[in-house]
Amino acid sequence: MKAPSFAYAKPATLAEVFDLLERHGEGAKLLAGGQSLIPSLNMRLSSPGVLIDITGVSGLAGIKVEGDTVRIGALTTHAEIERSPEIARHLPLIEQAVKQVAHVAIRNVGTFGGSIALADPAAEYPACCVALDATFVLASRNGERRVPARQFFKGIYATELRPGEVLVAGELKAAGAGYRSAFLELARRVGDYAIVGVAAHAKAGGGKLADVRLAFLGAGDRPMLAANAAAAVDGKAYSAGVVKAAQDALAKDLAPPADLYHSSATKLHLARVLTGRALAALGG
Amino acid sequence: MEHTIQTTLILNGAAVTRPIAARQHLVDFLREEMGLTGSHVGCEHGVCGACTLRVDGKIVRGCLMLAVQANGRKVDTIEGLSDSGELADLQRAFHEHNALQCGFCTPGMLMTAQDLVASRPQATRDEIRDHLSGNYCRCTGYHAIVDAVEEVLISRRGGKK
Amino acid sequence: MNARAELPLHAPGTQVDKGYIGQSVPRPQAKRLLQGRGAYTDDLRFPRLAHVVFFRSPHAHAKIKRLELTKAAKSPGVIGVFDGRAVAEYCSPWIAVLGHLKGIKSPPQYAIAIDRACWQGEAVAAVVAETRAQAEDALQLIEADWEPLPAVIDMDEALEGKRVIHPDLGDNVCFKRELDTGGVDEAFAKADVVVEETYGFGRHTGVCLEGRAILADYNAAEHTLTVYHATQAPHMMQDIFSRHLNIPEGNVRVIAKDVGGSYGIKVHVYADEMATAALSVMLRRPVKFVADRLESFVSDIHAREHKVKVRLACTKQGEILAFDLWDLTAIGPYSVYPRTSGIEGNQVVNLTGGPYKHKQYRARMQVVFTNKNVCCQYRAVGHPIAVALTEGIVDLAAAKLGMDPAEFRRKNLIPDDAYPYTFASGIKFEKLSHHKTLGRLLELMDYQKLRAEQASLRKKGVHRGIGLAAMIEVTNPSPAFYGVGGARISAQDGATIRLEPTGMITVLCSVTEQGQGAEGVFAQIAASAVGVTIEKVRVITGDTGVTPYGGGTWASRGAGIGGEAVLQGARALRSNILDIAAVVLNLDKAELDIVGNEVVNRLTLESKLPLVELGRVAYFRPDTLPPKFQSELTVTRHYTPREYGFTFTNGIQASYVEVDPDTGFVKLLKHWCVEDCGTVINPMLVDEQIRGGVVQGIGAALFEECLYDAEGQLLNGNMADYLVPMAAEMPDIICAHIETPTKQSELGAKGAGEAGTAGAPGAVMNAINDALSPFGARVTSQPFTPEKILQALRKV
Repeated sequence: MKAPSFAYAKPATLAEVFDLLERHGEGAKLLAGGQSLIPSLNMRLSSPGVLIDITGVSGLAGIKVEGDTVRIGALTTHAEIERSPEIARHLPLIEQAVKQVAHVAIRNVGTFGGSIALADPAAEYPACCVALDATFVLASRNGERRVPARQFFKGIYATELRPGEVLVAGELKAAGAGYRSAFLELARRVGDYAIVGVAAHAKAGGGKLADVRLAFLGAGDRPMLAANAAAAVDGKAYSAGVVKAAQDALAKDLAPPADLYHSSATKLHLARVLTGRALAALGG
Repeated sequence: MEHTIQTTLILNGAAVTRPIAARQHLVDFLREEMGLTGSHVGCEHGVCGACTLRVDGKIVRGCLMLAVQANGRKVDTIEGLSDSGELADLQRAFHEHNALQCGFCTPGMLMTAQDLVASRPQATRDEIRDHLSGNYCRCTGYHAIVDAVEEVLISRRGGKK
Repeated sequence: MNARAELPLHAPGTQVDKGYIGQSVPRPQAKRLLQGRGAYTDDLRFPRLAHVVFFRSPHAHAKIKRLELTKAAKSPGVIGVFDGRAVAEYCSPWIAVLGHLKGIKSPPQYAIAIDRACWQGEAVAAVVAETRAQAEDALQLIEADWEPLPAVIDMDEALEGKRVIHPDLGDNVCFKRELDTGGVDEAFAKADVVVEETYGFGRHTGVCLEGRAILADYNAAEHTLTVYHATQAPHMMQDIFSRHLNIPEGNVRVIAKDVGGSYGIKVHVYADEMATAALSVMLRRPVKFVADRLESFVSDIHAREHKVKVRLACTKQGEILAFDLWDLTAIGPYSVYPRTSGIEGNQVVNLTGGPYKHKQYRARMQVVFTNKNVCCQYRAVGHPIAVALTEGIVDLAAAKLGMDPAEFRRKNLIPDDAYPYTFASGIKFEKLSHHKTLGRLLELMDYQKLRAEQASLRKKGVHRGIGLAAMIEVTNPSPAFYGVGGARISAQDGATIRLEPTGMITVLCSVTEQGQGAEGVFAQIAASAVGVTIEKVRVITGDTGVTPYGGGTWASRGAGIGGEAVLQGARALRSNILDIAAVVLNLDKAELDIVGNEVVNRLTLESKLPLVELGRVAYFRPDTLPPKFQSELTVTRHYTPREYGFTFTNGIQASYVEVDPDTGFVKLLKHWCVEDCGTVINPMLVDEQIRGGVVQGIGAALFEECLYDAEGQLLNGNMADYLVPMAAEMPDIICAHIETPTKQSELGAKGAGEAGTAGAPGAVMNAINDALSPFGARVTSQPFTPEKILQALRKV
């Protein structure tokens, strides 16, 4: 399982990255943490002509709080996110989710931006970003544009990123007063890709949940925002009956594809179970 | 054609400069070019942990890092950490508990165990298992490894359970 | 050699000292592995070393219409590209059948397939290059035209035989066996209770962390072949390389360096490894092959794909009257050489019901070819299946009677004083201790307390289960296993023990080491029997050019057979040392002993002559010894178990689980094993073998399956999709020992390497079903995935 031959460049600036992307087009791949790219190269699933290592470009890592927005640089590693007091304080959903990402050695190298750009439907951050209605900052030679997370993920490994564009940051709204988060996933073994998971976020108060967001991973070809399930709960007095209504409504939101070990019916069932547990964590 | 990049890394404390094929991953470079065969290749897709190394003080999967990405960085292997004595108490505990059988997972397991004892000195048995959850061992069933790591944690805490 | 020597190993009248027998001595050989200073086959460097990779069939069954190799041959670094015909000129094919498996059949298998590929992953061409990366680059330039053939994938369809994989053989049946004690139907007719269940066992594989590795070095000038091979049986491979590559046996040397796990995976003959050796001969230079992880999944032997229907008849008092079983098992398109792929099914027939004292038994078993990867012996061969279905149906019967499962077993386990005993299938037990081990287990796990805890937690909606699995285990096999069938597989082993001039002991033994601690155990035995301290002992294994001839490691035979050879050799050496001491000291040999590296007065323990001095005299100053006296400080002894075809051990395991009825997830809370493997030479090593084996069994029960689609494509052949047990999900495993030594050897050691794997799946299955019993749900198909549990609970 030796990778095919490729050239390697490590530009120091985004401008150089854009040059290389333009020059090589489809023959170039961006290398950040490499924790997903390099296995695919070792397995010869792709053979790019050149890898553009962007880890040398300054200004793309780090976590910054600006007002009520938390900006996570694309090259911020999972380990940095795990250790970050800003994330713990302002983005408890992300703090819970990062603990589920792979294993320590992977978290030390893998990046936030890499996970978002890969768009694996079973990944943790995409679902969190959809739940939190985050925005992604995409840079190109023509400047920056912002794309809401809820529009960014288009399918398995498919995103809004255009040729010549680089994801440089995610902007997430800090959890407001009274908001609670619950990130739950089911995996056979610690660190595995989730069978199914939910990123749940809502305002809790007065025995009710409001502004409920339930975004599922592993339940579709992209993070699935369960609007019907959320609506069944939103604004209503929290009760077992309301939770059941949300679980029942989930069938309108999700038609999870089967995986190697779990049928679509099993996945939907598990999503229902997680819905109940997430809602209990938020408002029970 | 093979694309090689002149690369300098600080390997077990000594600077090493070599032209390295861009496609060669770090553990292959260490094994093939530097003769440091203590780090092992088990899957080459980042799951088994046999290749676990330390780069700039953090454990990484050696099969998921291109050797050229180690340019300017500090790389520590099992040989270096054995010679420096940093792993001595873990190695002794592993030995006494028979926390290894075939030994193939052991260098990677020791790297990860050292990362745990350095970063989570109060770890419980469950937390030990969690930290080691990315290192596959087929021989031991993990119990003895957990015992060995627990013993080192206790002794580093001054014998307090 | 029939009488069991009483330990101590030193002459009676001296200070009682077992030496190191029974001590948990850490293995000296582990030190280098802890520092990354082992030498695995892939670590070796040779001048002109070439690397081979294999072009493997993407189809489960296809004719090779055309192979275009010339582009690949021109790729940078490539030395040559070869098809099956080219390699066949250097390596003859083999047929994996044995005479004692009546009717077994299999077609010839070539080192590289010719004309037809029979499983996805079968090698159809080889690329040899300067580096592995260059060889893989060239692989992509090979062009192949295939004519896909109908693939036989499902075991029932294979048995039905509408499509026959090998038309010359007539059907897809590799082997079948029937056994009938004659009174089964009568027993079922008069039984008060009859239970029946069908159990499924998912095909799975070993996943050794070190991939299969072989480095063949042919010396054209001498017509000699040295093979560095991660193998469990170097002498067996020496014979096979010799016969199939047409090189005289004495010119073939097989060396097993450090091996990164094997568990039976590395005891078989692999076509791609034979091809590697053939290529070395052809190219007259060293050639190395290491299976990478993706190719391991499609080429390492798979095992344990069974569907078994079993019925049990018992009285209303709970006395088992009879077992009746039908076993269908699917292998690949070839029986694997040289041990055959009929053994696993054969063992299911031999072993089902084994712990129990019923007299009536009928079994019908068939092994069918399919176009999936080849299958053969993998740790605990057949036992995990036999134990799971036995213990599963026993639990079902106990439940039907409303009887506690431990109590039901107690009623039926062969009494501890009933030996020697011949079981219903014909296997013979020398002496087992089922009741003692059951008692010890229940005490160790505090069974009653766990039952009370289970009951009270159930009321709170927490569903825990306790599962038991009693087992018997084949160890220390005689030639009855393979030799009688015509296989050149040695069931005897030898040990050479040598005193060095400085008083160190070198032990050369034909049993091999893969991490289980064989070398450590031999050092303990040799040190104890000679009278030296353990750091004076050096053990060498795994080299046919150096050790005596023997069988290597398989079927849990290392400690029992190799250990006995070491013991006998060491005792003989001790005697020879004392002969020298007697003439040097001019004392009566009977007055002397060896303790702590010194010849001493047997009664006073006063030091008379350090071994380092004795060595100096014997080797460098024999002129000072009596004229007719010759020192013999190198001794070789061999040992073969003779009285019993297999030396059975017994044990019992328990699993304690918690099942989440909403998600179907199983949490393993704890696991116990009480094992009787006779004399325990190193308790820590036995415990660790058991623990490792238990976790392997848990893998089969919960996680591991090689998933094939209807076209014979392996769907999950990588470490992300094929799930092996990792640390976070595994329980602590508590072990205890009972010792019933075998009288067939002085050491009295039986084997222990496979017992953990034999019993764990059955124990876990029974625990899950015990947890699910309030719901009226049962699972019977391994691995027990959340989906299967949810289906049993009728939630999906």
